[in-house]
Amino acid sequence: MSPAFAKYQFPDANGYYGAYGGRFVPETLMASLLELERRYLEARQDPLFRAEFVHLLEEYVGRPTPLTFASRLTKHFGKAQIYLKREDLCHTGAHKINNTIGQMLLAKRMNKSRIIAETGAGQHGVATATVAAKMGMECIVYMGSEDMRRQSLNVKRMHLLGAEVIPVESGTRTLKDATSEAIRDWVSFPDSTFYVIGSVVGPHPYPMMVRDFQATIGAEVRVQLEKAKKPMPDILVACVGGGSNAMGLFFPFLQHDCRMIGVEAAGKGLETKLHAATLTKGKPGVLHGSYSYLLQQNDGQVAEAHSISAGLDYPGVGPEHSGLKDLGRVEYVSVTDDEALEAAKLLSHLEGIIPALESAHAIAYLHSLLPRTTEDDLIVVNLSGRGDKDMETLSGVPVQA
Amino acid sequence: MKQPRGLVAIDECLQGLRERDEKALVLFVTTGYPHLDVTADIILAAEEGGADIIELGMPFSDPLADGPLIQECSATAIRNGMTLERMLQSVESIRKRTSIPLVLMGYINPILQYGIARFLSEASEAGVDGIILPEVPLEEQHLVSDEIARINMANILLVAPTSSAERIQAIDNASTGFLYCVSSTGVTGRSVETAQVDYVRLVKSIARENPVLAGFGIQTPGQAEAFAEVCDGVIVGSAFLLQLKKDSSRDGACTWVRAMKGPLRSNQRYGGTNKSK
Repeated sequence: MSPAFAKYQFPDANGYYGAYGGRFVPETLMASLLELERRYLEARQDPLFRAEFVHLLEEYVGRPTPLTFASRLTKHFGKAQIYLKREDLCHTGAHKINNTIGQMLLAKRMNKSRIIAETGAGQHGVATATVAAKMGMECIVYMGSEDMRRQSLNVKRMHLLGAEVIPVESGTRTLKDATSEAIRDWVSFPDSTFYVIGSVVGPHPYPMMVRDFQATIGAEVRVQLEKAKKPMPDILVACVGGGSNAMGLFFPFLQHDCRMIGVEAAGKGLETKLHAATLTKGKPGVLHGSYSYLLQQNDGQVAEAHSISAGLDYPGVGPEHSGLKDLGRVEYVSVTDDEALEAAKLLSHLEGIIPALESAHAIAYLHSLLPRTTEDDLIVVNLSGRGDKDMETLSGVPVQA
Repeated sequence: MKQPRGLVAIDECLQGLRERDEKALVLFVTTGYPHLDVTADIILAAEEGGADIIELGMPFSDPLADGPLIQECSATAIRNGMTLERMLQSVESIRKRTSIPLVLMGYINPILQYGIARFLSEASEAGVDGIILPEVPLEEQHLVSDEIARINMANILLVAPTSSAERIQAIDNASTGFLYCVSSTGVTGRSVETAQVDYVRLVKSIARENPVLAGFGIQTPGQAEAFAEVCDGVIVGSAFLLQLKKDSSRDGACTWVRAMKGPLRSNQRYGGTNKSK
């Protein structure tokens, strides 16, 4: 790794990560974004804000989440030592709530009472609805009707938590369209509304803010390894849709000498059009407020993404990932739907952990990675969420002994 | 006789209106809606009805500043096979039949893929006079502004009800042709509240560099009149597309535009009864 990363200081003042990022939004939202940035930078310096954030993460989310040594999985491959960062054990079942708590504390600080969010797999929607209930805020979640069908359990959870779930019927009826619809809502009510974005995507300052809130993940891994008198990791692995769980794990290690691997969804295969491997197969473009890699047609229309996992089924990706790809700091790879399903099964059998299909992509890449490691290597895989929401998809697969 | 094109064409158009004490009517139409080959006829009908400037919408798959109607028009146009290349071809053929100022409006990504410099120079050659990129605010103008200025095209920027006075001034300084005053928060096609007239009046009092045209949600001749009274003209989009959805005939479009333009003509604004032609 180049020592240049010791000075890694992105985003710049304009919200850019190298060539990527920015604020490509209608003028109506610029006042809100500038205000949000100002208030966030102020909150970040405020020890009371920080203390309240940490307090809620400990008392409500259940942090720190364990770093579990996956002994049977390690034995299965017979190479590097594999540790799992257990974000599946967060309240609501995924890492999403780390960010939701941070943003909603900020919303409270800014006296915004109406919360909107987009959701794909429903995990961010559930996390937002959960914190809205706890803080007594009105919550509206936009969700593609196709995703509502795929993740019906999470729709029921959001309803029970008191959120209004608005089905989005436009376009592909998935996360991309839910995000567009949430932005349209925000443009309509910019003064009263706080838009809680669920990943490291969108216009500046969102990618920075979400990364900072999620960086708790990587920071804990450092402390946990130190306490266990283990060396720092040689390789970090995380799945990448928008990329928030990956940024959260990677960010505190950017200056550290280790490999980082982001695993995208190859869907039915990279040779088909049915995938969501934005960094692997996309080209830079503008969607949802930032310049980043994007799956698109030759004429610049946004392409449909596909993944068996609703949380990865998105044609865009966070701008910081695009920057890290071009810098060569993070390697981006992909695994197929079938490989992810197999991996979910493997982890369930060997470790007694049913992973979310998103996280199963990170596990699946171990098949390619592990043969090229040694027993001295230490790998941390971010297990970003649990698989309860995916039981229908998972149980449709014939289980092999 | 060669008509001036580009920024000059828009400046001269709005200057002429001012001299006649008339307010501008800008009509928005999605290129390739409802059919691929009908855009030229719609533009000619709008011109005959009294439109002063035409805004041509460039269809995009994910139009996040647009309401359901323009989303639908955009999706239909893409299904019809509309691309930037085809749009430039149709502009070229439209330009042979009319000298009305033409302004493009749309999302940035298709232009990025086409290549900004290549797209702008081809658009200029085809007869486009200006461009509006609602997703490219002041902070991101560095991407396009030099190139647009270099080919003498109007670079029309937007101000919104949430823009501060300082921002309005800065945006007015960066804008050329006119200043697009978004008359309500929200996506296109939501009916505007007349209370917003005061805000448009405020923008007009701040903007020293450009004529101010108000748009977003203006649907009736009465609303057009109320807004035009405090600025230099209005932009009508969704209401016109709704009319085209019901009746895309040349006569229908022409009659509709004539009704919208009526109250913007000086003799009618001052209670005159003459039908201007």
